[in-house]
Amino acid sequence: MSTTRRVREITAEEARRGEALLVDVRNDEEWKVGHIPGALHVPMSQLETRLPELVPDRSRPIVTYCAVGARSFRVLPTIDALGYEDSVSMTGGIVAWRELGFPVESDSRLDEEKRERYSRHLLIPEVGEDGQARLLETSILLIGAGGLGSPAALYLAAAGVGRIGIVDDDVVDASNLQRQVLHSTAGLGERKARSAKRALEELNPDVDVVTYEERLTSENVDRILSEGWDLVVDGADNFPTRYLLNDASVWHDVPVVHGSIFRFEGQVTVFKPHDGPCYRCLFPQPPPPELAPSCAEGGVLGVLPGVIGSLQANEALKLALGIGEPAIGRLLLFDALSARLDEVRVRRDPGCPVCGDEPTIMEYVDYVEFCSG
Amino acid sequence: MITIRIPPTLRTETEGASTVEANGETVRDLLDDLSGRFPALRERIYAEGELARFVNVYVEGEDVRTRQGLETRVREGGTVILLPAMAGGC
Repeated sequence: MSTTRRVREITAEEARRGEALLVDVRNDEEWKVGHIPGALHVPMSQLETRLPELVPDRSRPIVTYCAVGARSFRVLPTIDALGYEDSVSMTGGIVAWRELGFPVESDSRLDEEKRERYSRHLLIPEVGEDGQARLLETSILLIGAGGLGSPAALYLAAAGVGRIGIVDDDVVDASNLQRQVLHSTAGLGERKARSAKRALEELNPDVDVVTYEERLTSENVDRILSEGWDLVVDGADNFPTRYLLNDASVWHDVPVVHGSIFRFEGQVTVFKPHDGPCYRCLFPQPPPPELAPSCAEGGVLGVLPGVIGSLQANEALKLALGIGEPAIGRLLLFDALSARLDEVRVRRDPGCPVCGDEPTIMEYVDYVEFCSG
Repeated sequence: MITIRIPPTLRTETEGASTVEANGETVRDLLDDLSGRFPALRERIYAEGELARFVNVYVEGEDVRTRQGLETRVREGGTVILLPAMAGGC
């Protein structure tokens, strides 16, 4: 063994020119994001157990590296103690390596831009890289780009849901802007689907926004629902559309995240065909028109759809990620005035005409007539 | 005494009150008690002597149709929720 004082650090240029084995001592997540091609990955906590097995030749020169050169320097005594004769640390770590434009290889399913954009998701164990990749491959259809659809669409787009569909034939009206945060004054008179597409694409270019400038009807619902949607967020503003969507979603076997609002109160639940109840199990019949005023007739607090639409986005993200307890079979009741969130049970009705054991409604009906009492 | 939550669309019938108190041992008793004070409410939520199909009534968070309907017993100090569907997403 040499008794001269060893130089225990080399630069990235020297490491690149030399023949030594590069050993990356960072953790798995850091390695995945980007590492030096050809390097060996041995996290620092595993050096003692794994290095002798992976590198039996103790005379082989080793260059350790980490992010900036601190950890890789600290592990040198451990490597010495294992009997390796020639180990040095790469000063400045992979950061310095990158700055010199040297090649870096990644195992990540997300590119660097996406890792940055979704970093707060990647930090949550329940989401992480796999969850984010899953969101980017998820397709969610929104019925309505109004009060509920606005916050839901914005949060789903921000979260990186890869494909968002918007069904709305309405145009942006001045009276919408008190709550429909997807639209703006400049978009007055424009189709909501188009205004929404623009806003969502500005927010997140990763999202592919598909627009349907039409009202959901018995004639178009099969075509629209068969275009690969994993789930539907229902923000419709009338009973015929809600019953139509319900029947179609049962037949297409696609979950619906339901939300509705009036004045200070809102309701949220998830209808997952066959796993839980459907809208008809909850409300077999719509109320007569005089008991079902719309927001246009009765008004709505501007922030209420923000609360309810965000709860819908939350349920949609949970379903897409397969985490948590979706509100299946539970109807959440929010009252803005008392700031209270209650919950009631919704059970699947075995006698339901659409999702029951012996269904009697097998094809679309006249929903306007059904809802007129 | 039992608290009954009144949905916004039925508050015209309860003079604007969002909750009302009532006495009784079953849902039927409570609604009878209420109907005495708010006759218009009865008109709204009953159809041919039974609860109208578009109104859900929850006792302890359970739809009374999955219990004993109008004969479902209520607990003193409990809460009953009246809930018709709301369509608005606007």
